[in-house]
Amino acid sequence: MKSLKFFGLGSVMALLLLSGCKPKGTETAVTGDAAERVYVAPGKYDEFYNFVSGGFNGQVNVYGLPSGRLLKVLPVFSVNPENGYGYSEETKPMLQTSHGFIPWDDQHHLSLSQTNGEVDGRWLFANANNTPRVARLDLKTFKTVEILEIPNSAGNHSSPFLTENTEYVVAGTRFAVPMDDENGDVPIESFKSNFKGVLSFIGIDKQSGDMDLSFQIEAPGINFDLSHAGKKKSGDWFFFSCYNSEKANTLLEVNASQNDKDFIMAVNWKKAAELVKAGKGRKVVTEYAHNKFDESTHTATSTMKKEVIVLSVEDMKDAMFMIPCPKSPHGCDIDPTGEYIVGSGKLAALIPVFSFDKMIKAIADKNFAGEFDGVKVIKYEAALHGEVQKPGLGPLHTEFDGKGNAYTSMFVSSEVVKWNIKDLKVLDRQPTFYSVGHLMIPGGDSAKPFGKYLVAYNKITKDRYLPTGPELAQSAQLYDISGDKMKLLLDYPTFGEPHYAQALPAEMLKDQVKFFRIEDNKHPYATKGEAESKVVREGNKVHVYMTSIRSHFAPDNIEGIRVGDEVLFHVTNLEQDWDIPHGFAIKGAENAELLIMPGETCTLKWIPKKPGMYPMYCTDFCSALHQEMQGYVRVSPAGSNTPLIYSLNNKKDNAQSPVKAGETK
Amino acid sequence: MKTIHSIAAACLTLSLLSCGGDKKTDSVPAASTETATSETSTANAYDPKRGIGKHENVDVSTFDPAMAAEGRKLAEVKCTSCHKPTEEKLVGPGWKGVTQRQTPEWIMNFISNPDPMIDVDPELQKQLELCLVRMPNQGLADNEARQILEYMREIDGAK
Repeated sequence: MKSLKFFGLGSVMALLLLSGCKPKGTETAVTGDAAERVYVAPGKYDEFYNFVSGGFNGQVNVYGLPSGRLLKVLPVFSVNPENGYGYSEETKPMLQTSHGFIPWDDQHHLSLSQTNGEVDGRWLFANANNTPRVARLDLKTFKTVEILEIPNSAGNHSSPFLTENTEYVVAGTRFAVPMDDENGDVPIESFKSNFKGVLSFIGIDKQSGDMDLSFQIEAPGINFDLSHAGKKKSGDWFFFSCYNSEKANTLLEVNASQNDKDFIMAVNWKKAAELVKAGKGRKVVTEYAHNKFDESTHTATSTMKKEVIVLSVEDMKDAMFMIPCPKSPHGCDIDPTGEYIVGSGKLAALIPVFSFDKMIKAIADKNFAGEFDGVKVIKYEAALHGEVQKPGLGPLHTEFDGKGNAYTSMFVSSEVVKWNIKDLKVLDRQPTFYSVGHLMIPGGDSAKPFGKYLVAYNKITKDRYLPTGPELAQSAQLYDISGDKMKLLLDYPTFGEPHYAQALPAEMLKDQVKFFRIEDNKHPYATKGEAESKVVREGNKVHVYMTSIRSHFAPDNIEGIRVGDEVLFHVTNLEQDWDIPHGFAIKGAENAELLIMPGETCTLKWIPKKPGMYPMYCTDFCSALHQEMQGYVRVSPAGSNTPLIYSLNNKKDNAQSPVKAGETK
Repeated sequence: MKTIHSIAAACLTLSLLSCGGDKKTDSVPAASTETATSETSTANAYDPKRGIGKHENVDVSTFDPAMAAEGRKLAEVKCTSCHKPTEEKLVGPGWKGVTQRQTPEWIMNFISNPDPMIDVDPELQKQLELCLVRMPNQGLADNEARQILEYMREIDGAK
């Protein structure tokens, strides 16, 4: 088994039949210089930033390519004890929804902002699948700065995909659901009449990046899977893959696989936006949260919105069409020229490639096969450029190298297949380990791919790494795609389960990363300099205006706190050296720590439950005297009159009693 | 250009020679081995009167009280957590007398970008042994460094 080599699909299939879903013989897949090509020497940097969806950990993970080293986990949709995201008072509003505070989500896909169809390094958009939301991260600070909840939706899977100038980000619902202004307490048997599949179009401010739910389209009640916008000549259009055209509502693995063809839905977003401008659409009463992080106050706010404009199928009759696509399509990928639309029917034994020009002609010629719930269905052959025959089993997703080639992941046969877009001939195939989902080529879904590397994101690892209990690490595999044949260079474990990813050249970001200037800190509880440090009691609330700098807090001791007080530690990091955060933790806090960036202010809420002496300390090793960066809070019983005093780690005063009396308002 | 090169070169040599210090210095030696050969000479050329940095020939012939007042405000945000205006050592040394011990150029270069100088300057090496905390880079602009120098001069009796 070990010495077997691959000779093409035939032998792959034979192996699969022999050994289940695990291809063997990886040793031969790696060439001799692979280690050298992924080695990034100490002091050198990776070539690419790779942003990878965190799947069910709800975050975004940043890896370096080609080393495969994990650089950072960016909290987006899940609370993160490492830095207090979702725990600090400033970031709690980021996770507000119409269902209240939601500490977790399932993060699937990512999109880098684009200008003229090319990645521009400004923002990264992320979707939350479970409680539908779209987030925007600022790539200057690597922080989540905005989260918008999506109404009339469930399972925000077909999201977030962007137009070529970042005008809109879309969010297509995976689950058809009753509209928010209708009674959702209906029998599941009424699925076909009561359930709708809503597509959301979120406008993005050109300068600030702020999101606004511009309009929604009430499409037929089918499942929307993935999406991509057109580019260049097809730039006005969005394409969505749809499954369950059967509109089944039970045992979908059988009942949603009945039809030979499902659809790719083509939506002219420009026309839709014009229709809304012209006053079309109805106002639907609903509720959705819009959360924004203000960079100058370092504080998020959550606003509840009440209304959204929804266009009907009737409104969209000249701007929305179905293209039949075999069978349960997943990926819906547009090549860099904007001409070819690749559907990946995950149960189909071929890859259909559609032509944008032919689609437009078919619409003009009214070359329709009929209607689906009022949406005109274009004839399959009329829109088809051609089919890639016998590409492998389970095509899922396609990316492009910018040299006329497409790369499709094959979930069932665990391989990546390279093929030529024009003549649809298969050029190369390489095994993955195992069950690959999405692929990523840096810029590979844009008009300008950086076609040097390809990463396959796998759902199963089996024998790839040391086992860690039944829950194994998922994996990513890096291929060199600069030559005719793909070469496996590296595989590395990832957080589970990676879905889609995006990458851009490190040069675009690494010199623009910034910290917070203390002068620009507009946080209402900022302490700009130790002289401003103080402790203020307002009833049973105690505000501690605290600073941190290598290697002490000011104040470092506080007395006069009572059981049941709500103590708010507003910690300002006075460092202006860009890579020196300080941490803050206190014993018994039903919360996380704070990790405060240079120049930033963060607030930890602490309600002591019993009297005693509570140490607090810096968690992030900051200097040789980091261990000395500590202090105490004395907690007295409720109702006691221990005076509110604090000390400022002042050398002269230190040996004596604390030096300052707290204020009482 | 020459200055910048010599800073980088000195940084690299010294970070190779020194014992490592703080885990979070921002002087990651990114230069490759070709540049490493030309360094020994530039490192030996360290001027303990001027330090490393762009500031030279700072004119302190007159005292500017407005500038000193600005410097004081800045110091209260960025410096006085660790330094007292007296001779007393807190985290770092007291400021009293510093303008008599060091040249204006040395002070401005040091407070603007401390790391490369901590690595090389004999006086700063002695201070580091006492304080054990590397002075943080507080991101001072050129004019801010000058304002703080003026405040230090005021402390030392400039009028």
